[in-house]
Amino acid sequence: MKVGVCYSRIRKDEKLLLNELRDRGHEVEKIDVRKLTFDVADTHEAFEDLDIVVDRCLATSRSLYVTRFAESYGVPIVNSHETADVCADKAKNSLALEDAGVPTPATKVAFTKETALEAIESFGYPCVIKPVVGSWGRLMAKIDSRDAAEAILEHKATLGHYEHKVFYVQEYVDKPDRDIRVLATDGEPIAGMVRSSDHWITNAAKGATTDVFELDEQARALVARASEAVGGGLLGIDLMEIADPEGGDRYTVHEINHTVEFKALQEAVDIDVPGAVVDWLEAKVASEAAEVTSG
Amino acid sequence: MTDDADSNVAEDPITGEEIELPADVEVGEIVDNPVTGAELEVVSVDPIVLEEAPELEEDWGE
Repeated sequence: MKVGVCYSRIRKDEKLLLNELRDRGHEVEKIDVRKLTFDVADTHEAFEDLDIVVDRCLATSRSLYVTRFAESYGVPIVNSHETADVCADKAKNSLALEDAGVPTPATKVAFTKETALEAIESFGYPCVIKPVVGSWGRLMAKIDSRDAAEAILEHKATLGHYEHKVFYVQEYVDKPDRDIRVLATDGEPIAGMVRSSDHWITNAAKGATTDVFELDEQARALVARASEAVGGGLLGIDLMEIADPEGGDRYTVHEINHTVEFKALQEAVDIDVPGAVVDWLEAKVASEAAEVTSG
Repeated sequence: MTDDADSNVAEDPITGEEIELPADVEVGEIVDNPVTGAELEVVSVDPIVLEEAPELEEDWGE
C-alpha cells in the first residue's frame, strides 16, 4: 500500500512507524506539512494516489487542518478529522465521554475568572485546572486553596491566548500514584502501561516511570466505549484507578489522545507496537478497498 | 561520513562540534546533541545538515 505520513518532526515514534512500513515493503510518502500549501479546491500532489494518510503532526492546530484537508481531498486519514477535533480539546473530549456514559472526572467549563472561581469552589480543594488545548502535562495546576485559585486564574486571564480564558476545572481524582495509558486501534487494545510518579501528574513526558499493565475486562470494555465515543482510530486512552470506587466503576477515563506517542509504551511492553499499528493500517486499507469493490 | 557503516557525523550548527548520528538518520528527524542536549533537526541527508530545531509551541503534543 502507499501510505502518506504527515509530520513536522520525526520523533522516535514516527521513526518506528516509518521503519515498520518500509520493512514490510510499503511505499511511504513523507509529507512535511511545513513545506506545503493546501488549496481548498485542488488536491495537493503529495496526497494523490495514497491509500491512506497517517496524521503525525505534532502541532494540534496543524493536525486539525491537515485531517480536514485530507478528507476534502477524498483520501482516508487516521485519525479522522472528527476524532482529532474531539480529542484536541479537553472540553469536547469530556463532553464526548460524558455523552457516551463513559466514567470520566466531573468537569466544569467557565469563561470568566469569577465563574471559574465558582466552579473551583463547587469542587472544593484540591481540584484541578487544565488548559483546554495542550499536552505533556504542561500548565496543569492542582489547586489547594482559594488563594492559589485566585492567583492561577489571574495569571491565566493575563496570558495571551484566548484559549487560556476558557477555564477547564476538574475534580481531583484520588488515584494511586499512577495512571494507565492504553494504546488502542478502533477500541481494540494493543498494549497498556502504568505511569507511576510521586508527582500528581503521572505523565511519561514528566518523567514518570512505566511498567506493563494487563487490562482486565472492565478496562477493555471502557477502552472500547471511550474509543467509540470519539469516533475511533489509533488512540491513547488514559485511565485512572479510583481509590474508593462507587457503583462498581474501578476506572475513570480522563483523556483520549489522537496523535498518540508510543515510544514509552514500546519500552514498557514486549509487544511489537509499531507492528501492531501497521497491521491495523493494512487491515483498514484492505477493508476500504473491499468496500470500493463491492460498492 | 566515518568509516563506521552504522553511523554518520555532522556538524552541530550551534556549537560547531561534530556529533555522531545513526546511519539511518532521515530528513525531519530530531536528534539531540549528546553533550549540550540541544534539539537539532536533520534538514538534509546528503550531505547531512543539521539546524536548530524549532522551539516548543503551545499546542504541541498528543
